[in-house]
Amino acid sequence: MSATLEEILAQALPELAAVNDLIQLDKVRVHYLGKKGVFTLQMKALGSLDPEQRRSVGQIINTAKDQFQQQLDEVKLRLENVALTERLASERIDVSLPGRGQSVAGLHPVTTTLRRISKIFASVGFNVVEGPEIEDDYHNFEALNIPSSHPARAMHDTFYFDAHTVLRTHTSPVQIRVMESEQPPLKVIAPGRVYRCDSDITHTPMFHQVEGFLVDTDVSFADLKGVVYEFLRAFFEKDIQVRFRPSYFPFTEPSAEVDIECVMCNGAGCRVCSQTGWLEVMGCGMIHPEVFKAVNIDSERYSGFAFGMGVERLAMLRYGINDLRLFFENDLKFLEQFN
Amino acid sequence: MQISEAWLRTYINPAISTEQLVGQLTMAGLEVDAVTPAAAVFSGVVVGVVVAMQQHPDADRLRVCQVDVGTDETLQIVCGASNVRVGLKIPAALCGAVLPGDFKIKKSKLRGVESFGMLCSEKELGLAAEAQGLMELADDAPVGTDIREYLSLNDQLIEVDLTPNRADCLSVEGLAREVAVLNQMDWSTTAISIVPVSLTNALDVTVTATDACPRYLGRLISGVNAKAETPLWMQERLRRSGLRSLGPLVDVTNYVLLELGQPLHVFDADKLAGGITVRWGLPDESLSLLNGQTITLDDAALVIADDQKALALAGIMGGSETAVSDDTQNVFLECAFFSPLAIAGKARRFGLHTDSSHRFERGVDASLQNRAIERATQLIIELAGGSVGPISEVTTTTALPQRPAVTLRKIRIEKILGVALNDELVTDIFQRLGMQVQAIADGWQITPPGFRFDIAIEADLIEELARIYGYNKLPSSSLLMRSALSPATEAVLDLDRIKDLLVDRGYQEAITYSFVDDDIQKAVAPDSEVVRLKNPISSELAVMRTTLWCGLLKAALYNTNRQHTRVRLFETGLRFVNQDGNTHQQKMLAGLALGAAYNEQWGVATRKIDFFDIKADLQALFDLSNAKVTYQAAPQPALHPGQSAEILDAQGRSMGWLGMLHPNLEKQLGFETPVFLFELDQHLVLEKRIPAFKPLSKYPSVRRDLALIVAEDVLVSELVECIKASGGANLQEVNVFDIYRGKGVDDGHKSVALSLILQDDTQTLTDTEIDATVSGLLNQLTTKMNAKLRD
Repeated sequence: MSATLEEILAQALPELAAVNDLIQLDKVRVHYLGKKGVFTLQMKALGSLDPEQRRSVGQIINTAKDQFQQQLDEVKLRLENVALTERLASERIDVSLPGRGQSVAGLHPVTTTLRRISKIFASVGFNVVEGPEIEDDYHNFEALNIPSSHPARAMHDTFYFDAHTVLRTHTSPVQIRVMESEQPPLKVIAPGRVYRCDSDITHTPMFHQVEGFLVDTDVSFADLKGVVYEFLRAFFEKDIQVRFRPSYFPFTEPSAEVDIECVMCNGAGCRVCSQTGWLEVMGCGMIHPEVFKAVNIDSERYSGFAFGMGVERLAMLRYGINDLRLFFENDLKFLEQFN
Repeated sequence: MQISEAWLRTYINPAISTEQLVGQLTMAGLEVDAVTPAAAVFSGVVVGVVVAMQQHPDADRLRVCQVDVGTDETLQIVCGASNVRVGLKIPAALCGAVLPGDFKIKKSKLRGVESFGMLCSEKELGLAAEAQGLMELADDAPVGTDIREYLSLNDQLIEVDLTPNRADCLSVEGLAREVAVLNQMDWSTTAISIVPVSLTNALDVTVTATDACPRYLGRLISGVNAKAETPLWMQERLRRSGLRSLGPLVDVTNYVLLELGQPLHVFDADKLAGGITVRWGLPDESLSLLNGQTITLDDAALVIADDQKALALAGIMGGSETAVSDDTQNVFLECAFFSPLAIAGKARRFGLHTDSSHRFERGVDASLQNRAIERATQLIIELAGGSVGPISEVTTTTALPQRPAVTLRKIRIEKILGVALNDELVTDIFQRLGMQVQAIADGWQITPPGFRFDIAIEADLIEELARIYGYNKLPSSSLLMRSALSPATEAVLDLDRIKDLLVDRGYQEAITYSFVDDDIQKAVAPDSEVVRLKNPISSELAVMRTTLWCGLLKAALYNTNRQHTRVRLFETGLRFVNQDGNTHQQKMLAGLALGAAYNEQWGVATRKIDFFDIKADLQALFDLSNAKVTYQAAPQPALHPGQSAEILDAQGRSMGWLGMLHPNLEKQLGFETPVFLFELDQHLVLEKRIPAFKPLSKYPSVRRDLALIVAEDVLVSELVECIKASGGANLQEVNVFDIYRGKGVDDGHKSVALSLILQDDTQTLTDTEIDATVSGLLNQLTTKMNAKLRD
């Protein structure tokens, strides 16, 4: 190695070692390896040498240059590491701060409950059908075997618009509307708003029901029991005790009320179940032959069952809500609990 | 209906507990609502008799009594009641007695005189809410007997909530029959001794409304003592059924109503003019009822009349003028069968509901009247004395309810109930229920008894079988049914998806009443014709909403009044609009937002929402169905005239509205911040096109930006439409990215910056082609919009 190169290296290497940022490093690099850099000039000077010398001197220059390059890479890596460490330190944030942007809200608990009910029945092929809320007397009462003189009319505190037009008191008129237009087999659930002229701590003038019915050949009370059992167990996600009690609805025969073991006290007896251990959750029965007659379905060939349940009641039991009126106050503090 | 368990058990006494009995009734469809003890819990009270009495030396109001309680020595008891007297039999609480409310009786001194117990009133024993003085017991009450035993207080009051089809159980006998069937026991009806007729007097009875009154029985009873005391046993049975004692004559009719289920009525015979007629009311005829109410009759009201006027509303309530009183000496006792159709709804029409109307409108056994009038006669004579006249009876046999036999086919039992029941069981159940059973090929002919109004078809019989056999013993099957694949409709968006989107964008779902306050409705939609309820529950819930905004505004106020400064709500449901004489029930989707655009958060300045925040939410919603909508500035009465848009779909149909609540309404309703609202027709929002594939272009797209200066009144949407219309096939997208007013732009003008995306399906666009497209565009813009390219 020529003396000049030794001198160059002796100056260059400490210079590299002294560099402490990447900008300075780049200046050093340009100074030695740039187009007009020290090593570049050395290489250019080779041209004036004879070929023999050129090779050996060239080798020497390359060795020195490599040595410099290697040192430069090391320094660069070190400096990059330092820079990265600094950057990482300076970019540290408080990850516990809340995220920004639009907040997400939620569905009304009645909707959530209706969706669950629909999903359970849809899984076995029930279709969801809706009907009008302003209903005529015929569909709300007459066709359901509740003539105007019937004492059961007193069970329905009806809102009237005129002598023949009412706010539907139940979702059962949808049963009539479907059977009027379609032939069995039928598997339908009909959710929706219903109205009763009644308002106190346990009644609101509007609430929601889900009506369900199935019509086919050879449908029996045993099928009704099976569907109701399975539904209630699916809804409450629990192997809950269920009992059927004879009752009366003009549009079913036999008719039953369905009680479940109280979900608040597991049947031990509490305020919610009036100490009985049972909670009434739905009415049901085999569709009355008079109802089939009203819609021209042959009750000798077809039979069917129907059931109806109060959505708010199920939601109250499911979520432990203790006041029906909360559903329609739309207090955000209430609604947001179900988000 | 409420009855005493002890009374029921005098007819049928199965060896089961109260709890089991109640369980049986409930599970047979006679739902027991409540079981309450006949008397509060107390002990240590016996029948006593006051044998001597002295004035208390130091207290004017107190007496010092010596009371015989059946023990060797009399007890000295100080008493303050005004009706205490020597010889009176009273309930005496002994030392150590515990009265209701855990009140312990101890030896005490009253004003220096020792007292060894307490003489009790009905109130102190928990038998009445109020009492004046001591409870006076009958003279024959056995001294020393525990009062609970003497008054049969260890009894339960069973309240049965009967469904309207089971009128036959509105009596002790009716319930006894059911209990007998359920326990497969035999029982007997009330034994009645017929009082011999000793008078010849009778009133003429005429029935003109024979369909409404197929059977009418009446008789005179003379020389009754209306002041006689009703015996304790009867008073107690009435009390335990929730009825007060009102003198022997009325008590007897009430008692027979409870015992047999037959309503009766007694008239003061001396106040009647001539004979009795059962007829329809006359126009403008008026009648004063027992409850003090005066009603105006018409030909739909069935009345009992004498020769001059209407006396009573048949089967519902008697009149005040002919009512019995303490001075009554002669009575006319009425016992009739009124047809359910004649009574149904009539009581309600006059705002009445009585024990009598409740039974008649559901159906009273039409074969019961003879037994019932004899039973009532017997009891009146026992209680109040008197002589009995002959029964006048008018029966129109053809108008009586018929009980045709109903055929029950064995095969239907299994088809409906899912189980076959054996013939003996079927026969036994129906016979115990009082039905006549005749076996025929493949089934039975079953004739229901007079008291059953609910057995008319085969299904009714099957229900009876199921009920007695036990619903819970019937099989339950796992659902096996025909199933068809359900269609997966793609051209209609699922409403749930829309709801989820709004929820994700911070809108809380609300459910508000479909009927609203007329005032809010008028304020929000003054031009809509409302559908009005005839019998609203209150003026705040009187008309059907013509827009979902009414309820949402109210819900928002509810929350702003409770310290919520940011409210975002949506609702789905029907609105009700009267149009062309028809009521349209239209499914809508509506939303409301007020307050900050985002919840207050660090690092971002809080700002109030504006029109475009809500518009972005709607745009997201329309993007779900890829609907191309336009927002057209248009006035809407509820909205700010400068910030309201009608939303039109691609075919120009109105989908709904978006805008800021009119500042007048904002103030009137009580908001303190601008409110933004939208309402859309669900049907149109949910319409969706099934996507059709278009081949992708292999060639690059090019972006060109334009800044156009236009007059202030040129709508950006007009610019965009103009560009789209003249941009040719290669123009793929137009996007607005800035609006500028100020330096470099003349007053009354604005600069609109737009980006154009151009792409060809068959080649890479050249600069020349692009320039040609853009200059073509600019020409159109200059001509049509008077737009200038900004330098």
